[in-house]
Amino acid sequence: MKNPSQPWNPLATVGAVAATLFAQAAHAVNDLPGGPANRQLNLHTPATKLAQEQADLHVFMMVICLAIFVVVFGVMFYSIWKHRKSVGHQPATFHESVKVEIAWTVIPFIIVIAMAIPATRTVIAQKDTSNADLTIKVTGYQWRWGYDYLKGEGEGISFISSLDNEHRILSNNGAKGAAPDNYLLKVDNPLVVPVGKKVRIITTSSDVIHAFAVPSFGIKQDAIPGFVRDTHFRAERTGDFYGQCQELCGKEHAYMPIHVKVLSEADYAAWVQQKKAAAPAAEAPKAAQAPVADVVAQAAPAK
Amino acid sequence: MSAVFPPHGAVADHHDDHDHHPHGWRRWVYATNHKDIGTLYLLFAFTMFLFGGVLALGIRAELLQPGLQVVNPELFNQLTTMHGLIMVFGAIMPAFVGFANWMIPLQIGASDMAFARMNNFSFWLMIPAAVMLASSFFMPGGAPAAGWTLYAPLTMQMGPSMDAGIFALHILGASSIMGSINIIVTILNMRAPGMTLMKMPMFVWTWLITAFLLIAVMPVLAGAITMTLTDRHFGTTFFNPAGGGDPIMFQHIFWFFGHPEVYIMILPAFGIVSQIIPAFSRKKLFGYSSMVYATASIAILSFIVWAHHMYTTGMPVTGQLFFMYATMLISVPTGVKVFNWVATMWKGSMTFETPMLFAVGFIFVFTMGGFTGLILSMAPIDLQLQDGYYVVAHFHYVLVAGSLFAMFAGFYYWVPKWTGVMYDEGRGKIHFWWTLISFNITFFPMHFLGLAGMPRRYADYPMQFADFNALASVGGFLFGFAQVYFFFFVVLPCMRGQGQKAPQRPWEAAEGLEWEVPSPAPFHTFENPPKLNADATKVIG
Repeated sequence: MKNPSQPWNPLATVGAVAATLFAQAAHAVNDLPGGPANRQLNLHTPATKLAQEQADLHVFMMVICLAIFVVVFGVMFYSIWKHRKSVGHQPATFHESVKVEIAWTVIPFIIVIAMAIPATRTVIAQKDTSNADLTIKVTGYQWRWGYDYLKGEGEGISFISSLDNEHRILSNNGAKGAAPDNYLLKVDNPLVVPVGKKVRIITTSSDVIHAFAVPSFGIKQDAIPGFVRDTHFRAERTGDFYGQCQELCGKEHAYMPIHVKVLSEADYAAWVQQKKAAAPAAEAPKAAQAPVADVVAQAAPAK
Repeated sequence: MSAVFPPHGAVADHHDDHDHHPHGWRRWVYATNHKDIGTLYLLFAFTMFLFGGVLALGIRAELLQPGLQVVNPELFNQLTTMHGLIMVFGAIMPAFVGFANWMIPLQIGASDMAFARMNNFSFWLMIPAAVMLASSFFMPGGAPAAGWTLYAPLTMQMGPSMDAGIFALHILGASSIMGSINIIVTILNMRAPGMTLMKMPMFVWTWLITAFLLIAVMPVLAGAITMTLTDRHFGTTFFNPAGGGDPIMFQHIFWFFGHPEVYIMILPAFGIVSQIIPAFSRKKLFGYSSMVYATASIAILSFIVWAHHMYTTGMPVTGQLFFMYATMLISVPTGVKVFNWVATMWKGSMTFETPMLFAVGFIFVFTMGGFTGLILSMAPIDLQLQDGYYVVAHFHYVLVAGSLFAMFAGFYYWVPKWTGVMYDEGRGKIHFWWTLISFNITFFPMHFLGLAGMPRRYADYPMQFADFNALASVGGFLFGFAQVYFFFFVVLPCMRGQGQKAPQRPWEAAEGLEWEVPSPAPFHTFENPPKLNADATKVIG
């Protein structure tokens, strides 16, 4: 087992054995807070109220599904066990019952309504992007993200965020040797936002459809060329949070990660100051031009 | 004579005068007999299944470990795209048409399909389409790499193979439409007297509904890809915002086809399972008419749920709510079907030959796919899972454990009638358990990967995803070998006539007109309309 501190988990053991046998086990890494954990079994630890609601809904659904599973397959396997020819069971002759049919049409219908009610609340909350403290435009490029702070503290900041080229080269080399915990998730310029503020993300794209997603925040929004869409989040704690492009966008689709750094208000203000002081003239035009010279393209293609 | 490949010497044994038909290659190229065309469809589909499977193993080989080892990202995207296209259009759909060709005339007491020559044409159209699709790997720039969903505007960036792919889909679509017309006309016009609609076997019912779905949506797909084609070459801007188009419009059109397509691939599977469960429970199907109504409601609902594939495109809140409710509603008729199957088994007298094993395996694993479908239907949760491995797990649970398991069940159930020999029961059971276990090793870990946020169509992934990916890859190879075993140790011996001779009724309690003809089914059956008993399951003179 790679992580002895974790409790023993048979499934994970099978996974680890398989990995040892077939993957040379050269990839011992730690969990990445704000990103994926080793052999993670559930959704990311929520960092926003909406992500928490999604996680709760998921648990709620799992409980209902498990209950239905136990009832339906309890009956089925009981029947398989008891109503076999080999144990001498004689077949019954019934093959219709309007009452039963109505019951198992109406009951699932009621269950569905019970599931729809809490989901509806969350859908409506997710779609409410009004009264944002900070508005950031996110532009998808093949294959990097552009961030423009449109409104709120930090207005006018704009930069491009791309995968650390070392990681891209490491990927081409088969990710051999000691890989960092944030393999394929490390970017040059993370998106920086303040904690506790409602951040509205406006997405668009300059080429094909991408999708901006940060699982810990519970957001995923396609970035569509020629159109703007929006989503929002309010991070409840500081830290680093990771996501990846979630809509197939060409060959480097796997290599355009998202890294959001959530800072305290004071740290954020300091970051804004520093960002504005450091070449305000140089930053703006850089973001305005689409990235043509592609660092990624220079990396040698895999065999 | 064997309806498939006669063993040498057997030709001389039977010289009934209704047995005149071309021999050698002409028998297949000029085939107008529904049984021969059914065999062709099934063999074609299995070939494509293996080809698509090899592509899938390419994907799994690359994902075995983090980092790029086997293929580069361009080729990886081509593999995922072509795996999807070939499995959907080359394997599952033609396989079900093969079952329809073989079984519908036998089950309704018809002498053949209504349009025998169109039947031939619709099969042989698929060959050039498949060749064009498969050869796209050798075209400049490689095969299409925009995903099987062919989303604009990524399709604009593809090489000439995209056009080849579009033409191939056009041809396959035309073939499907012809097949559907043939099936509908056969079912509506050629039933034996006494075989009323509500006495038809469930497989016939599900195919009738499926055929209507196909006719409704294949032209929609054709429209979407034609617009892609004209956008690519003739300066139109249907999906190009620079000219006033909308890339999301493509997704709406595509999924208006794509969601009914999902049910096109599962309804005939429901039909097969609804035949097998009663046969091996020695009890009539519970709630026949509610099964028919449930199938029809699923088909109707399938037209109003398409945008649940698009929750993350940024629909208005009312749109999201509508599609969420409609999608959740589908679980009601689907649930009714599962409950009816379980009720059919209840207090039966069950035996577990391979067809029954696959049918029960179908119910069990398909229902798990149904649960994940229900979870995905919830827009807020879908936001976490959309375009991730959870979705990959979900649709493989319903398409592999659903459609494919049902087809295996149908194969084992009907192969005695097709070939006149019994398959080897021991080998069938090995195939079942090997398939079921390796399937779950492959796809169950993908749920965890999806929950942890691994996006689909990724050639490389963060290290934390490594273990479950390794497990899935190992399972994938085991699953693939199981199907090779199936072909060499079950299918081939049956086709060569090796094995015990099958009686006319190999299954004690199987009902239906297909068991009223000898095994193997003679080249021509029901040349004169049979006289049927009251519930249209037996021929009485």
